[in-house]
Amino acid sequence: MHKLLIDNPGQKMLLLGNEAITRGAVEAGVAFATTYPGTPSSEISLNLFKISQESDLYFEYSTNEKVAFEVAAAAANSGVRSMSIMKHVGLNVAADALMTLAYVGVRGGFVVITADDPFMFSSQNEQDNRYYGKLSGLPVIEPSSVKEAKEMMAYAFDLSEELKEPVLFRTTTRINHSTATVELGSMKKRISKGSYTKDPFNCVTVPAVSRKLHVKLLKNMEKAETLSESSAYNFTSGKGENGIICNGVSYVYVSDALKDLNLENKVKVLRIGFSNPMPKNLIKNFLKDCKKALIVEEGEPYMEEAVKAYAQEAGLTLSIRGKGEDLFSRLYEFDPAMVRKCIAKYFGAVYTPPAVTDLSDVPELPQRPPNLCAGCSHRATFYAVKKAAEGMETIYPTDIGCYTLGFLPPLSMGDFLICMGSSVGTSCGFSKVTDKKVISFIGDSTFFHSGIPGLVNAVFNNHNFTLVILDNDITAMTGHQPNPGVDMGNFNLSGYGRVNIEDVVKAVGVSHVTVIKPYRIKKSIEAVKEALNFKGVSVIISKEMCTLYSKSLKKPMGKPFYISDKCKNHRVCVNELACPAFFIKDNRVTIDSVLCAGCAVCAQICPENAILPIRDKK
Amino acid sequence: MKTTRLIIVAVGGQGNLLASRILGEASLLSEIPVRMSEIHGMAQRGGVVESAIVFGDAESTIISDGEADVLVGFEPSETLRALNKCNPDTTVITSLSPLPPFTVAIGKGVYPELGALQGLIRAKTKKLIAFDATALAKEAGNVLSVNMVLLGALLQTGILPLSAENVKESIKTRTGKFAESNIKAFELGFSAAKLS
Repeated sequence: MHKLLIDNPGQKMLLLGNEAITRGAVEAGVAFATTYPGTPSSEISLNLFKISQESDLYFEYSTNEKVAFEVAAAAANSGVRSMSIMKHVGLNVAADALMTLAYVGVRGGFVVITADDPFMFSSQNEQDNRYYGKLSGLPVIEPSSVKEAKEMMAYAFDLSEELKEPVLFRTTTRINHSTATVELGSMKKRISKGSYTKDPFNCVTVPAVSRKLHVKLLKNMEKAETLSESSAYNFTSGKGENGIICNGVSYVYVSDALKDLNLENKVKVLRIGFSNPMPKNLIKNFLKDCKKALIVEEGEPYMEEAVKAYAQEAGLTLSIRGKGEDLFSRLYEFDPAMVRKCIAKYFGAVYTPPAVTDLSDVPELPQRPPNLCAGCSHRATFYAVKKAAEGMETIYPTDIGCYTLGFLPPLSMGDFLICMGSSVGTSCGFSKVTDKKVISFIGDSTFFHSGIPGLVNAVFNNHNFTLVILDNDITAMTGHQPNPGVDMGNFNLSGYGRVNIEDVVKAVGVSHVTVIKPYRIKKSIEAVKEALNFKGVSVIISKEMCTLYSKSLKKPMGKPFYISDKCKNHRVCVNELACPAFFIKDNRVTIDSVLCAGCAVCAQICPENAILPIRDKK
Repeated sequence: MKTTRLIIVAVGGQGNLLASRILGEASLLSEIPVRMSEIHGMAQRGGVVESAIVFGDAESTIISDGEADVLVGFEPSETLRALNKCNPDTTVITSLSPLPPFTVAIGKGVYPELGALQGLIRAKTKKLIAFDATALAKEAGNVLSVNMVLLGALLQTGILPLSAENVKESIKTRTGKFAESNIKAFELGFSAAKLS
């Protein structure tokens, strides 16, 4: 049985934040869940996917976040407890649906997980999604710890049903990817079948209906504010003549800092866990007997601006600070020492920071950036395209996935990236306004996610570029999730359809379509050259399964290679491919036979044919 | 209860997350409060993987610069890179088997000399325990058990509020058919630390 289905209330378990959220949802009786994977949220979906295979919980990997959101919105409107899981930027994709579902509302609980990523450990921006609460008029719930993340799930579902609105459950990476001990609770019975009662004059958002629904939404927001005022997740702790208002992980850094600084009886804390609508009166009352207040929140001054406005309304003139050059930054994530230092500074506490180790005599260390895996088919494709485009002036728009790493030298295949699917849309613009050859890259999952509309646009508006679809049969970056092009037999699952990328590309009207096997370097280069010479939209589909995934499926792999005495140390292999299986030993290139995946790409480009499979070793 | 802060650094694939998990499970077994944090995702494609493990009463799950009580590095240059987490009272344990990043192979950086590397760490911290963990992992019969060798060395220092017995218990429950070689690796690491 999946460990998160164990029905043993009181049992203590060490859980990752994302496992705790999953367990919280299961305890709340979630029966329907959808997602498009994205770090730091991915493990919630991985667990729900597994749970769905041994229970009546329905789970699906949808093509993108907007679709995921809509699928779950319908389930919730049929009375079934539903959730939709996505990373912060995923909510941008779902935002169109979110904004108007707020008008329509829901009948069964609907919790939307938005996993923000301060410091951008694996994201393209660090937007603060609390503002989506304000923008849409929906409640926002934010846990401060792994333990609380589990508890708050049940609260979020109840809240959603009480308000008949979706609830945004906002986490940050340090909640999703922290681990702590959690006590299991009892499980509410899952109700997986719903019914939909027709009510078109409240559910079909034509202008006349929406004008009425907006009034309803504002009323709901008023009710939500009352609930926020009395929520157990907006609480005060400690006592003192000064105050700190904080949220999320900042709360635990504040708690530790007040203990370390002996300020527990001098500074009281208001922790905001229900952050939209903000509990206005609670905050005013908290500020009333504070001499000074400090707002501790990662990201934007979301609470700070509200708190200052409330103080003004209440006629309070105390100093309220948060973001600022001498205090907290809007950039990146916080850490305990930084929070401790700012608190000490603002409240004038005595504090000796730990001695900083002098590292000035430590030599500059070689960087260890993330790299495409040994034997990764993307490396082979990039090499083939680079060779085929030699002598051309190029622009390489790229997209989001493992292959984004191809922008690093020595491959240097990536010139522009803004969001999922942008490779295709931006190719249209680059090819129109420049005279350069535009060659763009997109993965299979990203193509399904949001590449197709861009390609339709390119065909319709008659743009001129080559799109390379890197089809590795899986959504690799986020941990090997399925996508519509995947053979679900690899997951030992049946009853799924399968969408063929080549068919889609041809169906939208691309006339020059080539499928290549990237490990066959010479043939691939020739095929790419031909596509590059085509005037109009050409598509190359580079098909080879992700080598890590292939290994995990125990598919037969090629024999590892070694470098024979014929090597004349040209180092073309190392300098042009930079496969991590290469290393330099006694000034000679050597292949780590444990890492080598046997793709044979280096063997094909060696000018001396010195790289040979180990079976031939004499 | 006193707070003990541990940082583990490794190269993706060296089993850092499993090592952290085992320490977490052992803490649960010994009723020691524990909180951990790790970085997944893009950082794992051959990059550096860092785990922070906080034992005791603190609520935070991450460790600021200069605040680690113990630093365990599965790869020598990564241990040196993480020296910003240490202070003069930190104990450092490192393997001495290098995994040079590919930037070295393409001439974009020089791998530090191991003697000088140890000298630098020794000069800036309380104690350095350094040995070839890969050799011991091979001796234990599983080259992938470098993480267990270093857990053994870590437990030998007595800095963590955990007993070697509880950690071995977690290794057994967690690692199934590899348990035997993992326990052997743990013990070899434990003995190696005694000698340093």
